[in-house]
Amino acid sequence: MGMTMTQKILAAHAGLNEVKAGQFIEMNLDLVLGNDITAPVAIKEFKKMGADKIYHKDKVVIVLDHFVPNKDIKSAQQCKISREFAKEQEITNFFDVGQMGIEHALIPEKGLIVAGETCIGADSHTCTYGALGAFSTGIGSTDMAAGMATGQVWLKVPSAIKFNLTGKPNKWISGKDVILHIIGKIGVDGALYKSMEFTGEGVKELSMDDRFSIANMAIEAGGKNGIFPVDEKTIEYMKEHSAKNYTIFEADEDAEYDQVIDIDLSTLKSTVSFPHLPENTRSIDNVGEIKIHQAVIGSCTNGRIEDMRVAAEILKGRKVHPDVRTIIIPATQSIYKQCLTEGLAEIFIDAGAAISTPTCGPCLGGYMGILADGERSISTTNRNFVGRMGHTGSEVYLASPAVAAASAIAGKIADPSDIVK
Amino acid sequence: MIVQGKVFKYGNDIDTDVIIPARYLNVTDPKDLASHCMEDIDKNFINEVKDGDIMVALKNFGCGSSREHAPIAIKAAGISCVIAKSYARIFYRNAFNIGLPILECEEAADKIQAGDEVTVDFKNGTIKNITKNETYQAEPFPEFIEQIINADGLVNYVKNKLKK
Repeated sequence: MGMTMTQKILAAHAGLNEVKAGQFIEMNLDLVLGNDITAPVAIKEFKKMGADKIYHKDKVVIVLDHFVPNKDIKSAQQCKISREFAKEQEITNFFDVGQMGIEHALIPEKGLIVAGETCIGADSHTCTYGALGAFSTGIGSTDMAAGMATGQVWLKVPSAIKFNLTGKPNKWISGKDVILHIIGKIGVDGALYKSMEFTGEGVKELSMDDRFSIANMAIEAGGKNGIFPVDEKTIEYMKEHSAKNYTIFEADEDAEYDQVIDIDLSTLKSTVSFPHLPENTRSIDNVGEIKIHQAVIGSCTNGRIEDMRVAAEILKGRKVHPDVRTIIIPATQSIYKQCLTEGLAEIFIDAGAAISTPTCGPCLGGYMGILADGERSISTTNRNFVGRMGHTGSEVYLASPAVAAASAIAGKIADPSDIVK
Repeated sequence: MIVQGKVFKYGNDIDTDVIIPARYLNVTDPKDLASHCMEDIDKNFINEVKDGDIMVALKNFGCGSSREHAPIAIKAAGISCVIAKSYARIFYRNAFNIGLPILECEEAADKIQAGDEVTVDFKNGTIKNITKNETYQAEPFPEFIEQIINADGLVNYVKNKLKK
C-alpha cells in the first residue's frame, strides 16, 4: 500500500521506509516553534525535564507576536521569560518588537522552513507551512519543551482526506473562501486527526498566499496538517525567501485516502462563517442584513501582502462607514513596509482605517480591537468562538479580506462586487 | 486508580477559548488559570467544582487553540477526569502530556447527565454511573500513550530519555 505525501515526510524523518496510518512514531524535527503565550510554559517544562541546552540553536524559533508590544504588565512579565531564555540559549531565530511579525507569516517569509521539512509549533496554526510542502503541526507547550530538548516529537501517523481542486476561482474569491467553504462542508471535526492533502489541476490557480491561508485553517476542520504539492510557484517562493535545501515528496499513486472530495474552484462564492463556529458558513448571497461595528483585516490567516492589496483595491477612493472601526494589521514588518512603498498604507489611512504594527491582538481577544456586548465584527481571522474577540455577547463573522473591506465601507456584511462595479 | 466525583456536563465542540479565555493567558499559574476556567459558558463551574469531580462532554472537546493552559486550568480546578465522545487532537495530546486523565466513550458521554455521581477506574477504563446504576466501557489507550501515562506525563518520559 502506498503512502500519502504526509506519511512519506514522516517516514523519512522517523528513519523508516514505511509508516501506516495509526502507527505511533518518534520523529526528527527541523524546526520547533513557540510564541509569547506558549513559550513561557514550555520553558518551565524544559527546565523540569532536566534539560539545559536546546537541541539546536538555529532550529528553535521564538516569536513574540500575541500580546506584544507588551499590552500590560502581566504580558510584559511573560515576554521577559522568553527574552531571557532566548539570550541564555543563544537562539538565532528569536523575533521581538521591530523584527517580529505574526509567526506563521514571518517564518516562511524568513525562509526558516522549506518543502520536505518537519516542524512542530506551540500554536495551533503552525499547520500553515503545509503550503510549502512541509509537514507542520500545532502542539502544546510540553511538546514544545520536549522538542527543544530532544529535537523529536511523538506522533500518531495520520490518515488523509484528499481534496481534488479543479477550475479557476472568480474575481474576489481567495484561499480564505476555499477553506471556509471546505470547513462548512466537512465541519469543525471533519478532518479530526487527519491530513488534508490538497491536489489537482486547480492548485496552480492558487497563489502562495492563497495556499498559506488554506493550510492555516486546516486546524479549524480538526486536521493534523494541511499540505500542498510542490510546484513552480512553491519553488519560486522558496528561492526568493530561503537558502535552505528543499526536498520534494509526492503522494504514491496507490496512496490510501479515507475520503476524496472534489472542489470546483470556479463555482465558489465569497463565503462568511457565522458565529460561533467556523463551520457555520453561508455564501455571500445568503448572508442577509448583518450590521457591523468593526472590521479586522490581518492575522496569520490573512495578513499577507495579497490580502493588503485586495483590501486596498476595494478601499481606494472610498471611505469606511462611520460606524465601523476598521483595523488593518500587516502581518510582518516586511509586509508593512511593502504597504508603504506600494502606497497601500496611504489608501488605508485616506479611507479612515487604522493601521497597526504586526500583532495577533484582536484575533484572540487580546487587545487592539476588543468587542463590547452586542457588537459585531467582520474579520479575516480564523475563529469565531464565543467571546473570541471580546465580550461573550459579541459576535465574529469570518470572511476574506475582500469581503471585510467591502463590509467596512457598507457598514454591513457586503459582497465586494456590489462595492466595486 | 479509581476516582469518584460529581459530573459537570457540556455539549459539542467545547473550544479552548471557553475553557480558558485568551484574555487570561498573560499568566501561567495553574490556580490563576483555574479561577477563570469555563467562565464564558458556565459562570458557576469554578464556584461549584470540588476536587475529584468529573467533566463530561460530547464530540470534539478542546477544539481551537493549542494552549496547554486549557487542560492545566481544568486539572487545577480539581477535575479528576474528562470523558468525551472525541477530542480535538492538540487537546488530546496536551492532556496526556500534562497528566490530565481523559477517556473516550460515546455511551458514557450520551448517557451521563449533569450532577450524576460517577466513578472511573483508569486501569480497565470502566465508568460507573452510581446515580443511574449503569456501567460504560471506555476505549483503551494506545500502547504508546500508556508509556507516557506510566511515566506520569511527557516531562518525566523525556527526563528518563535524556538520562539514557
